[in-house]
Amino acid sequence: MDLMEKLELVELPKLEGHTDRVWNVFWNPVSTLPILASCSGNNTVRIWEHNSLSHSWSCKTVLEETHTRTVRSCAWSPSGKLLATASFDGTTAIWQNFGDEFECISNLEGHENKVKSVSWNAAGSYLATCSRDKSVWIWEVLGGANEYDCAAVVNGHTQDLKMVQWHPTMNVLFSCSFDNTINGHSSTVWAISFNAAGDKMVTCSDDLTLKIWETDIAMMHSGEAYAYWTHLCTLSGYHDRTIYSAHWSRDNIIASGAGDDAIRLFADGPSYILLLKKENAHDVDVNSVQWSPGEENRLLASASDDGMVKIWQLATKQ
Amino acid sequence: MVSGLINENPTVYERKERRVRTDSTNSDEFSVEPIDQLEIFDILFFDFAFINIHHIRDIRDPEHPYSLEQLKVLTEDSVEVDDLKSYVRVTFTPTVEHCSMATIIGLSIRVKLMRSLPPRYKIDIRVAPGSHATEAALNKQLNDKERVAAALENPNLVEMVDECLSPSFE
Repeated sequence: MDLMEKLELVELPKLEGHTDRVWNVFWNPVSTLPILASCSGNNTVRIWEHNSLSHSWSCKTVLEETHTRTVRSCAWSPSGKLLATASFDGTTAIWQNFGDEFECISNLEGHENKVKSVSWNAAGSYLATCSRDKSVWIWEVLGGANEYDCAAVVNGHTQDLKMVQWHPTMNVLFSCSFDNTINGHSSTVWAISFNAAGDKMVTCSDDLTLKIWETDIAMMHSGEAYAYWTHLCTLSGYHDRTIYSAHWSRDNIIASGAGDDAIRLFADGPSYILLLKKENAHDVDVNSVQWSPGEENRLLASASDDGMVKIWQLATKQ
Repeated sequence: MVSGLINENPTVYERKERRVRTDSTNSDEFSVEPIDQLEIFDILFFDFAFINIHHIRDIRDPEHPYSLEQLKVLTEDSVEVDDLKSYVRVTFTPTVEHCSMATIIGLSIRVKLMRSLPPRYKIDIRVAPGSHATEAALNKQLNDKERVAAALENPNLVEMVDECLSPSFE
């Protein structure tokens, strides 16, 4: 990417409907038409769809009456056919798309407390969840059937977990926590995101920094030795409030969403620079930012405490 | 006195005399006036609508029939406000270093401000430096909005908070 090009985020019509804060957004990874899921403090999930004829966005369906508390996190399976949703009610629901309707086909119980995050591995064969109860559960998806077996319970964190995220190509799971780990941050780590190659990741924190980490991906693939992740750089001085979300695009732009209502874009190395800052992207805190999966038509979705989901088009200034 | 209280005999201080607000200079109801320190303090201690009929809604201590002001948990100087930046910081002082009620007190202050201030406000709640044994952990918890949101979905906690914020007739 030419760093000299002047970028801007053009706001498309906002997606209104949630009656409480929106915690998380997740693009369907395979759909040819852009499809976005969003989840909220009003215990519901909304599926938004872009209509290419009318160039408009609409809420296709509302997933409700399954979760009885805040839905904190949502994630599409790699096939795009299943949606997993994690809730403060202690359960994780699996929804299947039957053409016009979504049906809850499974409800994973086991955590003793609020579920904070859910993530599918690249093959769609494992699902990870994490909770306020300090544990990470790994669920095995049994072939064909709507069955999920608990394959492992991992206790390692000393505090509330915030997010689990599988590596984009390998079966390695990452988690971050209120206990400040991934090590190096001085306060709660809220999110993790990987670049497409999987040799770098970004973490964001309540300590107002983004940190970039790097590993030897060849060594990681060989499995001969434990591949360490080394700290590459810290982006500090850019954010005024807690950074709740960071997402790495396929063309190497890192987006961040923060408690100062702004969205920022950073370019990947060798020197990490601020490409743009969108002040007042939302009226209040930005909880989640996520790039659309497509190579073209770069879209960024954002979710906020103001109950809004917004779609931004990354464009070059005329 | 019921035994088992965290602080059995708290010192109770005099209520401060209220400064009288003179709003006569500004009669235009559509004009926007910045929110200042005194106003935040008033929000924490009064319900605006009833301010003149002595219907006082002090935030009450979870353990005692006294307000946070009477226990000097809060003073006017506890409140820093920057209306232009839509920012409020409240620094409170628990009555004892090991006060296990400090979380409820902090949560009550946050809830009161959330209900009273425009949503654009960023609110930080802290305990005064050196005033609590687990100061750092407490500050972190009170300012983690996910944990605050989760706490406010807990009916028992909400009941305790509402109790602290409930009207007291004097």
